[in-house]
Parts: sequence; C-alpha cells; structure tokens
Amino acid sequence: MIGLPHAYAIGGVFFAASAWFSARDRSNPHRLRAGAFWALLALSFLAGDRLGDLGNGVLVVGLVVLAALGTGRSSQGTSTAEERQAGAVRHGDRLFIVALVIPATALAGTVLAKQTKWGAKLIDPAQATLVSLVLGVLVAIVVAQLWLRPDARSRAAALGAPLREGRRLLDAVGWAAILPQMLASLGVVFLASGVGTQVGRLFSEHLALDSRFAAVAAYCVGMAFFTMLMGNAFAAFPVMTAAVGLPVVVHHFGGSAAVVSAIGMLSGFCGTLMTPMAANFNVVPANLLELPDRDAPFNAVIRTQVPTALPLLAANILLMWWLAFR
Amino acid sequence: MSLLGIAVLVLGFILRANPLLIVLAAALVTGMAAAWSPGADAGTLAHAAVTTLASFGRAFNANRYVSVVWLVLAAIGMLEHLGLQERARTWIASVRAATVGRLLAVYFVLRQLTAALGLTSLGGQAQMVRPLIAPMAEGAAEARSGPLPDRVRFMIRAHCAAADNIALFFGEDIFIAIASILLIKGFLEQSGIIVQPLELSRWAIPTALAALAIHGVRLALLERRLRRMLSPRGERM
Repeated sequence: MIGLPHAYAIGGVFFAASAWFSARDRSNPHRLRAGAFWALLALSFLAGDRLGDLGNGVLVVGLVVLAALGTGRSSQGTSTAEERQAGAVRHGDRLFIVALVIPATALAGTVLAKQTKWGAKLIDPAQATLVSLVLGVLVAIVVAQLWLRPDARSRAAALGAPLREGRRLLDAVGWAAILPQMLASLGVVFLASGVGTQVGRLFSEHLALDSRFAAVAAYCVGMAFFTMLMGNAFAAFPVMTAAVGLPVVVHHFGGSAAVVSAIGMLSGFCGTLMTPMAANFNVVPANLLELPDRDAPFNAVIRTQVPTALPLLAANILLMWWLAFR
Repeated sequence: MSLLGIAVLVLGFILRANPLLIVLAAALVTGMAAAWSPGADAGTLAHAAVTTLASFGRAFNANRYVSVVWLVLAAIGMLEHLGLQERARTWIASVRAATVGRLLAVYFVLRQLTAALGLTSLGGQAQMVRPLIAPMAEGAAEARSGPLPDRVRFMIRAHCAAADNIALFFGEDIFIAIASILLIKGFLEQSGIIVQPLELSRWAIPTALAALAIHGVRLALLERRLRRMLSPRGERM
C-alpha cells in the first residue's frame, strides 16, 4: 500500500536535489544558505522520524535562522524564449493534456482509494488525496518523458529535467514553502498552553455585547482579525467560537449554531485574504508570479484581495444577523 | 500570561520581521510564559524553552504532509521548460472574445463550482495560475493592445492570483466533506451540539453568492480600468 511514508521519501529526494542545484547555483549570492535550507528540509523528510523531538526542534531552529539571514534569489533561467516558443508549437495541446494528468490522477486515486477494495489496497485511504497527488506528479513526469521527449539530445539531462526545473520554481517560492507547516505546529503549542480559553476570557470581560448585532459583528470581525494573526481560519475558529460565537451569539441571543458557525468560518476566510501569514495563498503566488513587491508584507496579491474581502466581511455580518435568528 | 505569544505575533507583524522567525518566537515565548512565576529562575525558563522546542519539533515532524504538495513544482517546472506558458498564451489569443475580465470571470465561476463539488485540487497557484491562467490573461490583453507596460502586467497577474483564492475559499465550504466543515462539525459536537454537514454547507451558499457578486463587480471594474490604461493616448474606446 502506498502511503505517507512513500510520499515523504519522494519529497525528501526532491528537496535534496533542490539543495544540490541551489548550492551550485552561482547566480545566487547566498547559494550556500539556500542549499543548506533545502538540505535541512530534505533531512526532515527523509529521517524526521529518527531525529527525536528535540532533534526536530533544533532542525526547525536551523531552518528559521537560515531564512531570517536570507537565502538569496536565483536568477538562473530555464530554456530560452525561442526554445519555449518552438516547444509550444511542436507539442501544441499535448502540453495541456499532460498538465491535466496531475489533477485527473489526484481525483481518480482519491475516488478509487475511498470507494473500491483494491483501490484501498493500493493507496492508503486515510491519506488518499495527498498520495494520489504525488502519484499524479509522477505519472505526469513519466508521460511527458515518453510522449514529449524533452531534451532528446541526452537521456541523463532529460531525467534530471523535472528536478532541475522544479528546483527553479521551489527557489522562487523560497522560505514561504514551510510557513504553513510552521503555523500548524504553532497551533499545537497554543492548544497545549490554553491560549484559546485566555483569548475567550479577554473578549467576554472587555466587550459589551449587549445587542444581537454587536455580538454578531464582534464574532465575525474577531474571526477575521484572529485569522490574520494566525494565518489560518482553522486555528482562529475554535478560539473565537468558544469565546464569543457559542456563549454569546448562540446561547445568549438564541442564534442557530449551524448558521453562526458556517458564516463565522467564512468570515475567517475574509481574514485569510488579507494577511501575509497565509503564505501559501498570498506570498507564494507573489513569488511564483515574480511580482516586484513580493517581499513587502502587504504585496500586490493581498492589496488586490482587500477590496473584495472587506465588503464580503460586511456581507457576512449582515447575513449572519438576518439568517441566524429567524 | 500565555497571551504573550499572541503579543509576539502582533509585534512581529508590526516590525515586519520574517514570519518564520515570528512563529518560532511566539511558540517559545508561549511555552516560557506558561512556566513563569514570580520566583522562577533562569534554569526553569531555559528548561521550559527546551521542552517547548521539543514539542514544536514533534508537531513540525507530524505536519510534514502540509509541505508534500511542493512536489507538484517538478512536473509544472518541466512543462514550463517545454513551452506550456507560451502555448497557453497563443491559445487564448486565438479566442477572439477573450478579455482579461471575461477570462477571470469564467475561471472564477468554474473554480467556485468545482470547489463546491469537492474538486479543490483542480486549481491552485502553482498548478493553474502560474502555468496557465496568468499567461492566458496576459496573452488576452496583449492580443488586443500589443506589448504590456510592466505596471499593467503585474496588476493582471495579481488579479489572477486573487481570483483563484477568492473562488476557492467561497466555493469549497459548499462541499460537505471539506476540512473546514468537518472541523466545525467536530467542534460543535464537543460542545454538545449535533449538526449534519449538509446543514452547515447549505449556509455557505449565501456568502458564496455574495462573493460572486462582489468579485464580479471588481472584475468588471478591472476590465474598464485596463481599457483606459491600454488605450492609445487621445483615443477613446
């Protein structure tokens, strides 16, 4: 059965190759730091289970120190514009088909693992989507090698192409690649220290929520604000709902729990659109699209999203106020 | 005292420190603050920091699955090397009705609908926006008005990323088996309230429609703004 350990091993190989290519990339003034950063991540993926808890903690400190010092940026290009234009003409729509192999395999694998017996034997049903996505990447690479034959000149170079080209994009993503994993870990520490109940006490002691509208507005705005800090509505939801949503909006004013929590979560998503802490949604695209202000805390992606997020937050407050108390 | 960790997040935000540094500092401060008492000596605090670092390390190791998705870059990078972006550009230029606003509106609706059916992996910044949607949007603008000034090019790219995020966020909760719906169900259950996923997901529909309306207006405004920015001087379109 293919499960997470295999996905980690393949990921480890990819990060190790990225470390190798980054360390040798002379276009990056901090190439050794960049190489060390990806090497540490490769170590985590290949041997994380054998490092022990403190060992993993020290590894995280290494990653954070390297990222804070700056891992530089590569200016190494890919194929030339003429080569790519020629490739686009030669391969045509086959390029689209190979690109669609990834989501198609991810979808098919998930369905097979969850719905069929032999699928469940092949793919771990508990991690079906993730494992199927990794399989989709591998299938797409094999199909491209056989069907499109990149770099027909030398077979060795062709086999290295996915690693080399993937490294180029991973380098563009940079340290933001591990921020979601770091935030998930911070959530675990916060939970163990009872931060949620403390925030709840703060809210209930210092805000006069004496009308339905004030309570709804405090809950929705609190969800958005706490999501901006934590970078993730999933982390904000238990805190704010235990603090304001359930005790005040639902129990005191008699709102419907289903409406309040569903729209509360969506208010958190409005916060996700406005924060650099939600790295994979807001920082990663700015890096991948090479926006000139990608290093600014509030980059062009976030500034483009705010004019939709704020009216939508207001709409959420009104919707909850209308729908929860019918 | 355990709220000091939140204060570190806020402070780091204001000081614009590296977010990875902020997160690790917030975790360590939270652990140390929990162990602090008026009589605590340096040894106690150091011990608390080491314990917190170990539990952070354990959580980091357990959450590696979050970062597995970057493997997708290997396949996308190789396809880009072979000319995927250029192909996307030429294809959209052949669609005569295509404009940036219309393309993003169609993508927004498709992304919202597929996310509502649980097909969230059909889009995404690395899989769709960088290799396909952004080159198509730029190609559509170029086909109408020739080479783009950098300012316009980057504005279009940022709008591509935004359309993907907003459509995903306000589509996925309509699907009953998505992580956030299951989280809500689990949380309410712990508090003694039993709800069915369907009851939750149907209350995501009003907000989904509001998102479509608000962002639809924004895309129409974008279209007008682009027309103004790209029209030759003195000529009115």
